[in-house]
Amino acid sequence: MIVEQNINIETIRKEYPILQQKVNGRPLVYFDNAATSQKPLVVINSIKNYYNEINSNVHRGVHHLSQKATDAYEAARTAAQAFINAKSAVEINFTKGTTESINLVAHSFGNKFIKENDEIIISTLEHHSNIVPWQILCENTGAKLKIIPINDAGELDMEAFENLLTEKTKLVSVVYISNSLGTINPAKTIIEKAHSVGAKVLLDAAQAAPHTPIDVQTLDCDFLALSAHKMCGPTGFGILYGKETLLEQMLPYQAGGEMIKEVTFEKTTYNTLPFKFEAGTPDIAGGIAFKAAIDYLNEIGWDFIEQQEKELLNYGTQRLEEIDGLKIVGTAKNKASVISFLLDNHHPYDVGVILDQLGIAIRTGHHCCQPLMNRLNIEGTCRASFAFYNTKEEIDTLVDGILRAKRMLG
Amino acid sequence: MNAISEIGAELKEEFEMFDDPMDKYEYIIELGKSLPAMDEALKTDDRLVKGCQSKVWLDASYKDGLVKYTADSNTVITKGIIAILVRLLSNQKPETIVAEDLNILKEIDLRNHLSSQRSNGLTSMINQMKQYANVFCKLQQ
Repeated sequence: MIVEQNINIETIRKEYPILQQKVNGRPLVYFDNAATSQKPLVVINSIKNYYNEINSNVHRGVHHLSQKATDAYEAARTAAQAFINAKSAVEINFTKGTTESINLVAHSFGNKFIKENDEIIISTLEHHSNIVPWQILCENTGAKLKIIPINDAGELDMEAFENLLTEKTKLVSVVYISNSLGTINPAKTIIEKAHSVGAKVLLDAAQAAPHTPIDVQTLDCDFLALSAHKMCGPTGFGILYGKETLLEQMLPYQAGGEMIKEVTFEKTTYNTLPFKFEAGTPDIAGGIAFKAAIDYLNEIGWDFIEQQEKELLNYGTQRLEEIDGLKIVGTAKNKASVISFLLDNHHPYDVGVILDQLGIAIRTGHHCCQPLMNRLNIEGTCRASFAFYNTKEEIDTLVDGILRAKRMLG
Repeated sequence: MNAISEIGAELKEEFEMFDDPMDKYEYIIELGKSLPAMDEALKTDDRLVKGCQSKVWLDASYKDGLVKYTADSNTVITKGIIAILVRLLSNQKPETIVAEDLNILKEIDLRNHLSSQRSNGLTSMINQMKQYANVFCKLQQ
């Protein structure tokens, strides 16, 4: 079994040209997957093939290339629909990524449905992109922002969450998997409890999408946001899933071409879903490459991805815990393949710089989660985040690197 | 008072002793540790150098026609880098500092070992040091 997996990993890694390089004279160890994943050849080639063979503007052309491009681009919508098991393809809105998806909801849902003294609930674990849009909405509408606290392990305090829920709660917007600590939140329970008071739920699935299968119908979330670039796809592309009935009632986000049905100087009517939220020429190549990434992940299969990442998380946790003076930050029972840590009293920046000299890419800092870092009373962490194409040997290299950093920093 | 070029030549020689970039980093860390301690009272937000990923506090005083810098950082590697700059520019005349091109940093290959973000931080530190010197230049006039 182990032998067979090793063969698979080697075959998989060959699909990633970027992983073959040396950095500072040493083989690259890429452990910054939570920031962005690497891209396999099928994804890279899909972009090249699009521009070489079918580049054309989508949706309104009558000519051959435009129809080819439209078919390829719309195939991404169907693939995304299947990927998260949405009821209908019109529930898949293409965006620039998770950040834009959340902003879209804050604008188009928020400005229509959120009123003064309404309450929006987020959690302490949130990325800035799931904090700031709500702060702006609250400033504009007079609504209030409530925060679910966490325990020291980095898990949501579910009792406190229930106490925050009232008939004033209109929206709960929480992260599915924490980017900085790896905590997997009990999304289904959160959604059920929020629905019990009539609140809608937006799930930030940016980190969940590459690690775990998503089923929006089972979850019953009202909105879900994800980014292609975290799941082997291109940067600048993502989706906002929304329940059709909700999306229908929401205001357009941006205005321009594509999103209209009929324009006169007196009155404009809007296009139907999903085009109502997709003004302007979209990132066609990005959509096509996103589909290539979805197909690729489906081919690798969730069984393999989840098994491999679980092994890496367990092995990494065990090896890092062996290092004297190393403290893992975020020890939730239910965790994705992300390890945040601190080494003695050394600044994460120093550790990151030394590891970089050794060809090891990790991320250091607050990971766009300053309120979370404040709660943990730290400035930031070192974060190693694993993807299914990483290996235990790379974790050994990381451990050697950390030990070297420890010696150098004294 | 040694000329900046002489101090630079010394630094270049010191760094040339190391072939392995890791040893160079080890030396940068050592230089940081040898930087005289900065008075805690001087570590105020208005003395923070903007544009650095890590925190760098920089202060300057002017006595007997010479500028003296004191600095500190919350990361040891950045502290090592600011120590190099302090060694180069401290105890110089303000007009010398303002006119100094610091090409020597290229010769000791420092920028090559810094990522673009960290290199920006280095530029910010140099700019801040020159700003102090500029103020002292104007005071002289």
